Amino acid sequence: MLEDRDRIFTNLYGYQPWNLKAAQARGDWDDTKAILAKGQDAIIEEIKASGLRGRGGAGFPTGMKWSFMPKEPPKDRAGNPRPSFLVINADESEPGSCKDREIIRHDPHKLVEGALVAGFAMRARAAYIYIRGEYIREAETLAAAVQEAYDAGLIGKNASGSGYDFDVFVHRGAGAYICGEETAMIESLEGKKGQPRLKPPFPAGAGLYGCPTTVNNVESIAVAPTIMRRGASWFASFGRDKNHGTKLFQISGHVEKPCVVEEAMSIPFRELIEKHCGGIRGGWDNLLAVIPGGSSVPLVPAAEIMDAPMDFDGLKDLKSGLGTAAVIVMDKSTDIVRAISRLSYFYKHESCGQCTPCREGTGWMWRVMERLREGEANVEEIDMLHQVTKQVEGHTICALGDAAAWPIQGLIRHFRPELERRIAERHGVREAAE
Amino acid sequence: MPKVTVDGVELEVPAGATVLQACELAGKEIPRFCYHERLSIAGNCRMCLVEVKPGPPKPQASCALPATEGQEIRTDSEMVKTAREGVMEFLLINHPLDCPICDQGGECDLQDQAMAYGRGASRYDENKRAVTEKYMGPLIKTIMTRCIHCTRCVRFSEEIAGVDEIGALYRGENMQITTYLEHAAKHEMSANVIDLCPVGALTSRPYSFEARPWELKKTLSIDVSDAVGANIRLDSRGREVMRVLPRVNDDVNEEWISDKARYQVDGLTRRRLDKVWIRRDGKLQAASWQDAFDAIASVNAGAGVAAVAGDMLDCETMFAAKSLLGALGSTMLEGRQTGMDYDVSNLAAVNFNTTLGGIEHADAVLVVGSNVRWEAPLVNVRLRKAVKRGAKVFIVGPEWDTTFGGEFLGSDLSVLGSLPSHVGEAMSKAARPAIIVGGAGLGSGGLEASLALAKGWNLVRDLEDGERWNGFNVLHMAASRMGGLMLGFAQKGGIADIVAARPKLIFALGADEVDFAKFADSTIVYVGHHGDKGAHAADIVLPAAAFSEKPGTYVNTEGRVQFADKAVFAPGEAREDWKIMRALADALDVTVGFDSFEELRAEMIAQVPALGIEGLADYGHDLPAGGGAASGEIAYPIGDFYMTNPIARASATMQRCSAELVHGEDMAEAAE
Repeated sequence: MLEDRDRIFTNLYGYQPWNLKAAQARGDWDDTKAILAKGQDAIIEEIKASGLRGRGGAGFPTGMKWSFMPKEPPKDRAGNPRPSFLVINADESEPGSCKDREIIRHDPHKLVEGALVAGFAMRARAAYIYIRGEYIREAETLAAAVQEAYDAGLIGKNASGSGYDFDVFVHRGAGAYICGEETAMIESLEGKKGQPRLKPPFPAGAGLYGCPTTVNNVESIAVAPTIMRRGASWFASFGRDKNHGTKLFQISGHVEKPCVVEEAMSIPFRELIEKHCGGIRGGWDNLLAVIPGGSSVPLVPAAEIMDAPMDFDGLKDLKSGLGTAAVIVMDKSTDIVRAISRLSYFYKHESCGQCTPCREGTGWMWRVMERLREGEANVEEIDMLHQVTKQVEGHTICALGDAAAWPIQGLIRHFRPELERRIAERHGVREAAE
Repeated sequence: MPKVTVDGVELEVPAGATVLQACELAGKEIPRFCYHERLSIAGNCRMCLVEVKPGPPKPQASCALPATEGQEIRTDSEMVKTAREGVMEFLLINHPLDCPICDQGGECDLQDQAMAYGRGASRYDENKRAVTEKYMGPLIKTIMTRCIHCTRCVRFSEEIAGVDEIGALYRGENMQITTYLEHAAKHEMSANVIDLCPVGALTSRPYSFEARPWELKKTLSIDVSDAVGANIRLDSRGREVMRVLPRVNDDVNEEWISDKARYQVDGLTRRRLDKVWIRRDGKLQAASWQDAFDAIASVNAGAGVAAVAGDMLDCETMFAAKSLLGALGSTMLEGRQTGMDYDVSNLAAVNFNTTLGGIEHADAVLVVGSNVRWEAPLVNVRLRKAVKRGAKVFIVGPEWDTTFGGEFLGSDLSVLGSLPSHVGEAMSKAARPAIIVGGAGLGSGGLEASLALAKGWNLVRDLEDGERWNGFNVLHMAASRMGGLMLGFAQKGGIADIVAARPKLIFALGADEVDFAKFADSTIVYVGHHGDKGAHAADIVLPAAAFSEKPGTYVNTEGRVQFADKAVFAPGEAREDWKIMRALADALDVTVGFDSFEELRAEMIAQVPALGIEGLADYGHDLPAGGGAASGEIAYPIGDFYMTNPIARASATMQRCSAELVHGEDMAEAAE
């Protein structure tokens, strides 16, 4: 179990005020100038060495992502240098995820300081924090924290006395899940309809307003200053190889005490639940399945998840994923088909409608799922549904198509007998009625 | 020049090519819906998926993927076949499959590609989506349930037309294409989205349920609604032209045409002159050809005969008239009906010298007295392209909505004498400077003043790449203008010279814009196809053929000689114009030197060789010096884009467009 002195987010539960004074007492903004004085490349190397992988779901090594940003600013047509931008993804909309909200409302200065450190490291001119529209109080807190930092001279001109000019803007979204996709977020920031862009070009080449841009998750950015202070080796001491660091786990569903908790990576599932959540409701025998990383990863049945390490590679071996570490626990009272069908409805509702497979496929999948829930289908349709998910997966512009396909694939992989039972029951009822 | 392998065949592709283009170079057909050569890449239909190595183990959208060295592309693998079938199935699950009642049937991309790449049967048992129709104006009919959301129409109006008229609402399967608040699409090129739409979602409203594509005879022709000479295809059935479609010609119209070019053709069957009329006791009465010829002969005009050419005439008609008048001993020929009298001794000074394609590459443009959007929508599209490439555009004249910005310098021609310093600086610093003088800028010394500026800014120059750049342009509005000038249809003092000569007999060849009150003493013979202003003023009306009913040579505003074919026969007793001229020669007892159209054309080419060669006529690059001061408020000659010629004025569609799109706001106000 992670010791208290190794926690990065020391005010995760809001026992102390969020404001600058309290944050400074917790160690934030402590000689940030010294961190920046190490230089851009040193910061990136340190982050690389820490083994930090993106906390937004895909798990791409953060230091490497920063290193893709150009060292020399590219020139526009008139020969003027183009600025670079850091975009921070606070559009936390994945069902089950709620870590960024806790960071922003209780520890916003970690994020603002992280924005400066990360932005400086990637030679960005400014950071845009794109916050989910529904996070009203959180956006207020964040905006106030940014203002505090400006007033204290920590950001803005000559940020923290480092001689580097850096601005932070807070931008509120309008409630579309797809705007959490990095290129859709850039489109939305530019004032357009939130639809993902084609890649290539990648944002590091041409992103916000055509300038080099890096999009990072809130948690990835917020942990950066602490890594710089305590060293890469400290961060890398947690977790298995290639899955280092501490991580905010968000456990919801059928546990005794749902919570958001910072833990070391690779903690076994059983330990995570027992230590922090008071165990599974009705005991471990009552566990049905777990969605370990937010709605878009396939579910894992009880037997496979119980002793699995909670990290990127461990869950990948179970044909699922860590995602945002939003652990949704379902006990045997759950109508598992209905649960997945509800997720299908979510993806149908949130598809941007730009590209064909996702626009048409999500609706089709949801409708078949609704019928499977009632057993109002033929057994062959289970295979057809699986084929349809395969037709969506990997054929779309962004990953929303994949995210819509995977939960259903997980369901069919692990709960096919349940689907067939419902169909048989329904047909049995019908036959009996005739 | 990267080398790629397509289905095992190695080939070199141009740098910057996409995988889709590489496949096409290799002769492989790649199905697509959203991709269009002239629009930005959207990559949203996912129909063009191919397998590319190296790359992720999933199919890639070939339209958006750059071709790079050593790529191994497969278009025939199992993965590609499955991917295409999958996407096609998705496209069809919410498509109504109402092909039997769809106007796109027979020329539908979705239909064709479903046959070629589809699965053959549907597995979708749920209810299909239905979408309410959207109102897009009098030209575009919408059946939005058929829409496959390729967004070609959205990209066309944003990128080519330059107006934010069409966009998408909502998201996911509820996404709908519509105009903003369902206002009519007002841009004068809006109907091109009908051609772009790969399915039957946007179809032609005037043409709806009129014909099937396989019933139509296709004739290659040239548009006469403006002086651009857009290449068109006339689709006719029986004796009627059913519709007009653009042909691809990158030098002229790319693949767009204006709404007027496309939709004025329904005017070809209305208000037509289909018999001979002679004015008796102040009223036009039906008569026979012989009566008319006798009446004309009885005028006994001798050499006191003049001819005024209309705006839509082909060169052959003008040449036949010229021959007739020449045989009678007259040279009173004029085509500039409204009285313009600019100097035409050097045709290079009244020609669009950069060429239409060349203006795209200009980096500083001064427009003098032209509402380009209404006078030549296709040129406006080119100007917009130039601005997108970084060109600066300055405009002298009253303000109009350019779609590309530009700076208005003032509405009086005297501005030319006192241009702001930054304009002079931009023009003299530019590598490819250009001036465009429009109809309203030619008079009141405007042409001479512009020529003087052209000399000052050195508009004729040799470029670094060795090519000759002549940046001086005159933008005409009449399809017959350059041809007429080449054939000598111009008097030194314009039509005023003819008025002063008081001819006894005057032939108005489709001329409807002339102030005939000045010819009160003359016998006016109107030779034309529509009962418009000219016929009302005429003493004798001889029914002739419209542009669709005769072969002909046209010269556009850049001096490009183009040939058009005959699509249908003229109605009733109407005859082709040259035949009327030939018959008049007999009636007036003179010889014109031709008995057939071929002889006429040969004679014309013998006199003006350039008219025999398709392509740009060479007028040289020596511009007159110009000079003098210009002054006078500029008034654009076109008051209503949809009503500029007799065919358009007779067209029900154009009348509706005029009422709704040009005068709609007045009407709404009057109703309140």
